[in-house]
Amino acid sequence: MTTGDATKTLSGALLEGLRHSSWQSRLAVAVVALMLALLLVQAVQDPGQFTSQLLIGLTNGAIIALIALGYTLVYGIIELINFAHGDNFMIGSFVGLTVLSGTLFGLGLFAPISGDSGTIIKVAGVLIALVVAMAACGLLNVGIERIAYKPLRNSPRLAVLITAIGMSFILQNVGLVWKGPAQVPFPDLISSANILPGDAIVFRWKDLFVLAVTIPLLVGLSYFIKNTKQGKAMRAVAQDKEAAAMVGINVNRTISVTFLLGGILAGASGVMYGLFNGITVFNVGFTQGLYAFTAAVLGGIGNLSGAVVGGLLIGIIGSMADQYVGVRWTSIVIFAVLVLVLVFRPTGLLGDRSATQGGGSGRA
Amino acid sequence: MALLEVENIHSFYGHIQALRGVSLTVEEGEVVTLIGSNGAGKTTTLRSIHGVLPPKQGRVVFDGEEIQGTPAHDMISKGIAQSPEGRKIFSRMTVRENLEMGAYHRTDDIREDMDRVFDLFPRLKERIKQEAGTMSGGEQQMLAIGRALMSRPKLLLLDEPSMGLAPVLVERIFQIIQEINKQGTTILLVEQNANVALEIATRGYVLETGAVVNSAPAEKLRQDPKVREAYLGEI
Repeated sequence: MTTGDATKTLSGALLEGLRHSSWQSRLAVAVVALMLALLLVQAVQDPGQFTSQLLIGLTNGAIIALIALGYTLVYGIIELINFAHGDNFMIGSFVGLTVLSGTLFGLGLFAPISGDSGTIIKVAGVLIALVVAMAACGLLNVGIERIAYKPLRNSPRLAVLITAIGMSFILQNVGLVWKGPAQVPFPDLISSANILPGDAIVFRWKDLFVLAVTIPLLVGLSYFIKNTKQGKAMRAVAQDKEAAAMVGINVNRTISVTFLLGGILAGASGVMYGLFNGITVFNVGFTQGLYAFTAAVLGGIGNLSGAVVGGLLIGIIGSMADQYVGVRWTSIVIFAVLVLVLVFRPTGLLGDRSATQGGGSGRA
Repeated sequence: MALLEVENIHSFYGHIQALRGVSLTVEEGEVVTLIGSNGAGKTTTLRSIHGVLPPKQGRVVFDGEEIQGTPAHDMISKGIAQSPEGRKIFSRMTVRENLEMGAYHRTDDIREDMDRVFDLFPRLKERIKQEAGTMSGGEQQMLAIGRALMSRPKLLLLDEPSMGLAPVLVERIFQIIQEINKQGTTILLVEQNANVALEIATRGYVLETGAVVNSAPAEKLRQDPKVREAYLGEI
C-alpha cells in the first residue's frame, strides 16, 4: 500500500503504452511529461511552497481515500457502484456536527463544543463525534443495502445501479431538510497553526489530525481483511458466492459487513472533512463522492490499495492544480489525468480487484 | 436408516423444471454415483440436496432430519460438503487459505485435518503458499476436494471430479476418492465419465431429463446393455 508501487506501476504503464504507441498515446505521454517538468520547475523555485502543497494534497487525499474505499469494497463484493456512498459521507459530516453542537437527537446533552472549549473537552468531543458518525454511517449503509439493494440481488445490474442513484437523491434531500440549503459552519476545534518551526513548510495541526485518524483506520482495515475470519469470508464471497456458501459462509451477512465497513470509513471521513474545511453542505457528498469514485477507478476499482493510492493521487494532483494552475482548472486537471490513465490502463493503476480478493500489492 | 434420503424432489431454474421427482438413498459408508448425459439433472440434484437450489417440492432427509429449505451455508455444520462442478476454488487465495475456508464453521484445531488432506494430496503441501488460481486443473481439483474434506463431512458431494483432467490424473483422483471413502466418508458422486464412476461406486442411479430411470448396484449397471450403449461408449 505504498505510493512507490503506484509510481512503479504508472511508469510501467507509460512504458508499455509507449511501446505500442499510437500518436494519441505519445501525445498523452508528452502532456504528462510537460506537466511533471513544470511541477519540477516550481519545486526547485520554491521548495517550501511545493512541499506544503504536497502535504495539503496528502491530507485531502486521505479524506478522499477513505470514501473511495467504501466504493471499492462494495464494488469488490457485489459489483455495484454504490452512488449513495458519497451522500452517506455527507450524512456522516452532519451527524458529527450535530454531536459537536450538543443537539444530538434534540436532547441537548451538553453545551456546544466550540473553539473556546478546553482541550480535553475538544479532544473528547471530536472523538465522540467520530465514533458516533462512524457508527451511524455504518448502520445507515447496512440499512440501505437491506432495503434497497438486497431485494434486487438477482435483478439485472442496471436496476440496482439506478436504485443506488435514487438512494443518493433520497439521502441528499434528507440532508437538505435536516440542515437547509446553505453551507453550515463546523466549529473550529483544531488549530490551523503550523506544527513545523518557521513558515517555510506548512504542516498544520489539522493536517496531522486527518493523518492521525486515517492511518490507524487503514491499518485496521487492512488487518481485518487479511487476517480475520470475517475478512477472509469477505474475500471468499467476492471471489465466488456459491462456493463461499458451500463452505458455510453466510453470504448475506458478509455483504452486510462489507457495507458496514464502507459506512464506518465514510462516517470518519465526513467528520474529518467538516473539521478540516470548517463547513459542510447537503450536496457535499456529490462532489466529494465524485472525486472518491474517480479515485477508486483511478487505482483500479475493487482494489483496496488502489483506492488509497488513487485517493492520495487525486488529493495531490488537486492541490498542485489549485496552486500552480488555478482553482478553476482543478477539476479539469483531475479528470484529464483520469482519462489519461484509463487510456493506458483501463483497469486502473493497480489493476483489477486483486486486493479485495486476496492479491494486490499489499500482500506479495 | 439411510444417511441421505431424497424423496421425489422437483427443482426449477426460473420457470424451467430441471428435476421431475428424483428419489434416491445413500447408505452410510457407500459410494453412490449419479450418471447421465449432459442436462440430465445430475448437478441440479446435488445443488438441490445442498440447498444451493432449494427444491420446490419433495423431501431431503439427512441423518434423520429434514433439511430441504435449509440455506446452503448451514449445510456444512450438518455434515454435508461439496466439491462443486468447475471446482470453484477461491482463485486469489493461497492453497492454505482455501483449506482454512473449508473449515470456516469450525472453531477447533484444524491442523490434523490439514495434514490429512496433505497425506491424500502431497502435491498441495508443496503448493501451500501458492495462489490457487495459478495451479493446474488437476491441482485445483485436488484443492476443491481437500477444501470440502476440511469440514470433516459425513457426506461428501463430488461433482465431476474428472472434468478436464488427463486420463492418468483421473485414475489417480479416483483412487484417492476411494481412499477417502475407506477412511469413513460417505460419497455421492456425479460423473460424466460413467466408466470410472461405476468402477468405484457401490450403487448407481441413471438420470434422464430430470428423473431417475434406472438404479442398481454398480456391477449390475455396468453389465446393463442399455447403460453400456448410452453411457459406457460401447455399441
